[in-house]
Amino acid sequence: MIPEELAEMALFERETQQQYQHQINVCVASGCLSLQSDQIRESLEKEVRRRGEERWCQVRGVGCMGLCTAGPLVSVGPFTDPAAALYQEVQVSDSLDIIDSLGEGAVSRLVCPTDGPFFQRQVRVVLENSGQIDPERIEDYIAADGYEGLLKVLTEMNPSDVIEQMTRSGLRGRGGGGYPTSLKWTTVAKAVGPRKFVICNADEGDPGAFMDRSVLESDPHRVLEGMAIAAYAVGAGEGYIYVRAEYPLAIKRLRQAIHQAERLGLLGNRIFGTTFSFHVEVRLGAGAFVCGEETALIASIEGKRGTPRPRPPYPAEYGLWGYPTLINNVETFASVAPIIRNGGDWYARIGTEKSAGTKVFALAGRVTNTGIIEVPMGITLRDIIYEMGGGIPDGHAFKAVQTGGPSGGCIPEDYLDMAVDYDSLVQVGSIMGSGGMIIMDDTSSMVDVARFFIEFCMSESCGKCVPCRVGTVHIHDLLTRISEGMASMGDLSTLVELCEMVRNTSLCGLGQSAPNPVLSTLRFFRDEYLAHIRA
Amino acid sequence: MAAQIKTLKIDGRDIGARSDETILEVARENGIGIPTLCNLEGLTPVGACRMCLVEVKGARRLLPACVTRVEEGMEVTTSSERLTAYRRMILEFIFSERNHICSVCVSNGHCELQDMASRLGMNHVRVRYQTPRLPVDASHQRFVIDPNRCILCTRCVRVCDEVEGAHTWDVMGRGFHARVITDLGQEWGTSETCTSCGKCVHVCPTGALVEKGRSVAEMTKRTSFLPYLKSMRDGRE
Amino acid sequence: MQRDPAKLEPPSDDRRWRVVRATMRRHGHRQDALIEALHTVQESFGYLDEAGMRYVAAGLNVPLSRVYGVATFYHFFTLRPPGEHTCVVCMGTACYIKGGAAILSAIEQNFKVKEGGTTADGKISLLTARCLGACGLAPAVVLDGNVMGKRDRSEVLNQLQRWMEQP
Repeated sequence: MIPEELAEMALFERETQQQYQHQINVCVASGCLSLQSDQIRESLEKEVRRRGEERWCQVRGVGCMGLCTAGPLVSVGPFTDPAAALYQEVQVSDSLDIIDSLGEGAVSRLVCPTDGPFFQRQVRVVLENSGQIDPERIEDYIAADGYEGLLKVLTEMNPSDVIEQMTRSGLRGRGGGGYPTSLKWTTVAKAVGPRKFVICNADEGDPGAFMDRSVLESDPHRVLEGMAIAAYAVGAGEGYIYVRAEYPLAIKRLRQAIHQAERLGLLGNRIFGTTFSFHVEVRLGAGAFVCGEETALIASIEGKRGTPRPRPPYPAEYGLWGYPTLINNVETFASVAPIIRNGGDWYARIGTEKSAGTKVFALAGRVTNTGIIEVPMGITLRDIIYEMGGGIPDGHAFKAVQTGGPSGGCIPEDYLDMAVDYDSLVQVGSIMGSGGMIIMDDTSSMVDVARFFIEFCMSESCGKCVPCRVGTVHIHDLLTRISEGMASMGDLSTLVELCEMVRNTSLCGLGQSAPNPVLSTLRFFRDEYLAHIRA
Repeated sequence: MAAQIKTLKIDGRDIGARSDETILEVARENGIGIPTLCNLEGLTPVGACRMCLVEVKGARRLLPACVTRVEEGMEVTTSSERLTAYRRMILEFIFSERNHICSVCVSNGHCELQDMASRLGMNHVRVRYQTPRLPVDASHQRFVIDPNRCILCTRCVRVCDEVEGAHTWDVMGRGFHARVITDLGQEWGTSETCTSCGKCVHVCPTGALVEKGRSVAEMTKRTSFLPYLKSMRDGRE
Repeated sequence: MQRDPAKLEPPSDDRRWRVVRATMRRHGHRQDALIEALHTVQESFGYLDEAGMRYVAAGLNVPLSRVYGVATFYHFFTLRPPGEHTCVVCMGTACYIKGGAAILSAIEQNFKVKEGGTTADGKISLLTARCLGACGLAPAVVLDGNVMGKRDRSEVLNQLQRWMEQP
């Protein structure tokens, strides 16, 4: 493909789509699919065909629209159509009514109001195309300015210009730690090696986090474009996407997307006729949480047991097969193309000074609206949980919000007005993590929650280093005794001692952060522990 | 590129070192003992047992001396109250994990784990013993493996892979359920890849891998062959 | 002389081995294809048996013990043949909070099967997942590959009962 062809293709696709008077979009991401949205799509298509209206009315599968709790979701457009609306809890039997209503007025019993805070308070950068385009068609992505960022860097920018824009954007790694993205890119760019690699970490393992899955299923090309831009900036020619095997749909769409991009010459050799080449391969995880850790992930791509190794040397200098390697997660790569298209300064204006931009969160647990949201950094927890999430259902009272998965902590009511950014979450003993947010109400026992997470870390420990392998067993043992009312005050102080030792001596992030859920619940819900202690 | 000379401080002493050396190597050259278990001269260090963790001024975390290279101006502390407490706790963890009963062990008196416990004054275990029941494999003609005494240091795995080149040993499972195995987790005596060289037995720090026919406290091990063998193998490559 | 892995004969004339061989060939019989190859064996045969592990070890020139180490490290791989049907209960945080654990223990009790095991008649394998990423639909259960969201205990138990009663 030569540069002009991209613009032509985008124009052609937009014109084709404008020929349709009506558009019916059915969510075909995992959430709605598990509620049989594929059958709804089929029945809509059949009905449109039966009426001979295929030329005026388009039925498409689109990515995640966010409000998973109200699925299956269907949207009708364009917005000028009097019937334009978002429909919730749609059933196959609703197809006729939906088609009848086109051009007339929305089917009121199905309408899901979109003027509430759940939708209105979102700022969509990473998710700008989610629910808007068909993730299985590259043409749809191109019509939405797709691959324009890649074209821009290859034809107008030096690698150092690209990194300069990333520095200006202030983007920090969305996988958990919040390490400045441009710093990582600079290190890999400066590293010397005959080969370099770019790896996308799509091993989203935190229980309660499903943001990356949503992005991969809804807009896979965005991740590929981000990886290609990164590869150009750091001088890499090959890339891997390491995806959990538990995400079959994401894997299928990624493979399809790579194939489509290669066919159009947007990936592969001499992209846009330049000297830049970039090849991407998908590699499957096989059910090991620890493989989210950079060095374990690399070992897994090399076909080995996913055990971490001590750092330094960091993968940026000594990574896959010993070559300099850039690793970022899905959301980080998905943020790259818009930053390049709109400029780093544009991105830096969103969010807070030290945590720029937006963050995608997965809301789950005891909250009315569960699903995926993208919000500017700096929004308060209260706004997320009560405004957007709609509060706690069934008349129960809020108790805690868990962020950061097994490496994070539980934040109590007192801190709900805290602004959400990397640093403030650390201050209250949790972390941003990848963006899972689990809300707990007064029916959850915090000792039980701590035990749940330590049980998770215990069975996900790779077993390489002693503190994590054995320490998690003993912490779990003590928590079990506490919850069974068999522990003494002495056991409680041993628990704290063990937690501190495991945190300070473990080899990798899994062990170092495994005690966090215990320490944070001990800090904020000590009473619940004491209530279990034998007198 | 030739190694450069770096100067650093270990336990307050000014020391010169080559830039390709680790803190552990430099400390040992200078008569400063840092406790180790998984480390063995001649095998690739893995930083797994965490006994050799040291404090480095300015570093956010404790660093494993066996894999951390020296740097100019580094200030290293190899022993402190906190480090000793952590090292003792690591030993408590190891003792609680399997069944280390010295009085009936063929390696009694010649065991690196036992020596380490007495050197660091670890005299009781505060956490609960896990007492797993692991079957002893005596199917090999000359050797026995008793996983109840294994500390998963992976010295056997490394010597078999790096020096003997057979890769008969590896680790199966994960976490608390990890075990060293031969071939497809089968009895050692049926292994098709084992050359019966016995290197794994001699690098094993405890009584987990031993020669047959030894009685209590009779099993002594020698590892002096390793550095020379390793250097010859490397030189030939 | 090293044997040529590309010329290696499969363990039997079962056509499914060709798929495994194709995966290994696609990766140039490189050692790093081990996990991909094991995925293919499990997809084709339902589990990893000794013949499969030996074939992959020889085909990629990987030591047997490493193959076994990898196969047992990753929870996605199973070394035992699965039942006719599989039921995966999600034990992610959101599902746990919303009663996933109760569903699991009800299944364990009603059908006398332990997590990770198969019923005595070989009908149903019961597994747990670390998080399916279907948290918006908690509690989630996967029955023969289909994710069922927002299911209560009795719905799941009824479906399993129907499986048990099939001839």
